[in-house]
Amino acid sequence: MKLSDLSHRLAQWLAGTGPLAEIVISSRIRLARNVAGFPFLSRCSEDQRRQIADTLQGAITAAGVLDDPLTVDVEQAVELDRQFLVERQLISRQHAAGSGARRMLANGAETVALMVNEEDHLRMQVLATGLQLESAYETIDRIDDAVEKRVAYAYSGRYGYLTACPTNVGTGIRVSVMLHLPALKMTGEIEKVFQAARDMRLAIRGLFGEGTEAGGDFFQVSNQTTLGRTEKQIIQDFREQIIPDIIQYEKVAREALVDRKTDVIDDKVFRSLGLLRCARLLSTSETLFHLSLIRLGVHLGRIRDLSLQTVNELFLFSQPGHLQKAAGREMTPDERAKARAEMIRAKLN
Amino acid sequence: MNGHKRKCDKCDRPATVHLTEIIDGQKLEKHLCEVCATQEGLTLQPTMGINQMLEEFISHTQQAKQLGELVCDHCGMSFLEFRQGGLLGCPHDYEAFATALVPLLQRAHEGAGEHVGKVPTHAGGDEQRQTQLLRLRTALKDAVVNELYEQAARLRDEIHKLETS
Repeated sequence: MKLSDLSHRLAQWLAGTGPLAEIVISSRIRLARNVAGFPFLSRCSEDQRRQIADTLQGAITAAGVLDDPLTVDVEQAVELDRQFLVERQLISRQHAAGSGARRMLANGAETVALMVNEEDHLRMQVLATGLQLESAYETIDRIDDAVEKRVAYAYSGRYGYLTACPTNVGTGIRVSVMLHLPALKMTGEIEKVFQAARDMRLAIRGLFGEGTEAGGDFFQVSNQTTLGRTEKQIIQDFREQIIPDIIQYEKVAREALVDRKTDVIDDKVFRSLGLLRCARLLSTSETLFHLSLIRLGVHLGRIRDLSLQTVNELFLFSQPGHLQKAAGREMTPDERAKARAEMIRAKLN
Repeated sequence: MNGHKRKCDKCDRPATVHLTEIIDGQKLEKHLCEVCATQEGLTLQPTMGINQMLEEFISHTQQAKQLGELVCDHCGMSFLEFRQGGLLGCPHDYEAFATALVPLLQRAHEGAGEHVGKVPTHAGGDEQRQTQLLRLRTALKDAVVNELYEQAARLRDEIHKLETS
């Protein structure tokens, strides 16, 4: 698998086919691990970083856990490629912006991605479409076992898996779901969700952009506690205590919008569709705003000639790195606005 | 205060409580002795004398200073450096900073201080071996930086021996 093979392809986790995909865009589970006998990265020499990277890459390859593998030397990759990987959620912004020897290994389906030398020596993630936390954990657990047969992890009986930041220590697990909550945002009830999430010690942040409000209707909810609970308990708490409530609130809010404000919601949804079908220049944030409403319209059955998958595709392909990869060159923001509008018109008309 | 002590606004005792209030844009200053301030409900902790407060403050700062002086003998990181950067230097820091770190862990993890999750079944190294490797690798890094090549070669051999044992 090569990086260029991905530029016109939808990542599997964005297929829009998983359970509750109309609200839960994707589920993600990440494990943080470090190689025993080495300092954490802040205290590693460049030589040690490279040794760790080689050790882990060797172990992952030998474990044979990645089908049709894609390996990227992030240190050597050009900025555009790193941005492209961030947009596909194969690496974090931090990994893209880091320095020194660091790598990324993924499977061809892009459901598994392993970052080597990010904040910890190894960060493994599984991404799935819709709400699929248990199966995502099974996959990552199996990969973890296979890698661990070949590399000794830094581990203590008392503190569990030892991580560079004490907020990850213990299980090293981070469970997240990416949610699309346009109706709660529209009815102003989103604050209640934030409050409930905070009460449950979950972190919630805006997605597709910087800051909590960026991108408007997309939110990522993740656990913060990693110590003192088992992986299964953490996932179970997450899946049973808060996420079903948020999903239920959003469903009720969506139904209420259709029942009581049909004309208003139709007006919003079809204005957005009309605008994206005709616009000649589109910024990322404007695109995101309208795609969110279109996505809502598709789920509510107001827009019948588009699928969730097509809308998800547009989310991905309209991002700066993807537009430039598709064009095969770097572009200015003005050029991208034009290319973005062209690509969207072609898909929607 | 210009070298002389201000008297309480209400009596002749020296003023020890100084308050500036802004009401409707008007600045209002009050200077009161401890007794009058208490009567006005202004002192925060009338039960705690100044000596007691100072004592607490000193023991807190001493404790903070002691914690700040904790240094890991494996990676050389101090607890103060960790507090500034937010990231630990090596796995051994969890032991080296335990006194300071445990309360932090409990705060971050809903009161929990111990791992109950997955245990690696195939981990090649016990904790002692991990610690020894870490120490040797740090020594090797220092030896290379200081251009002590003979020492570095010896350390490399030791690491290799331990890795393959």
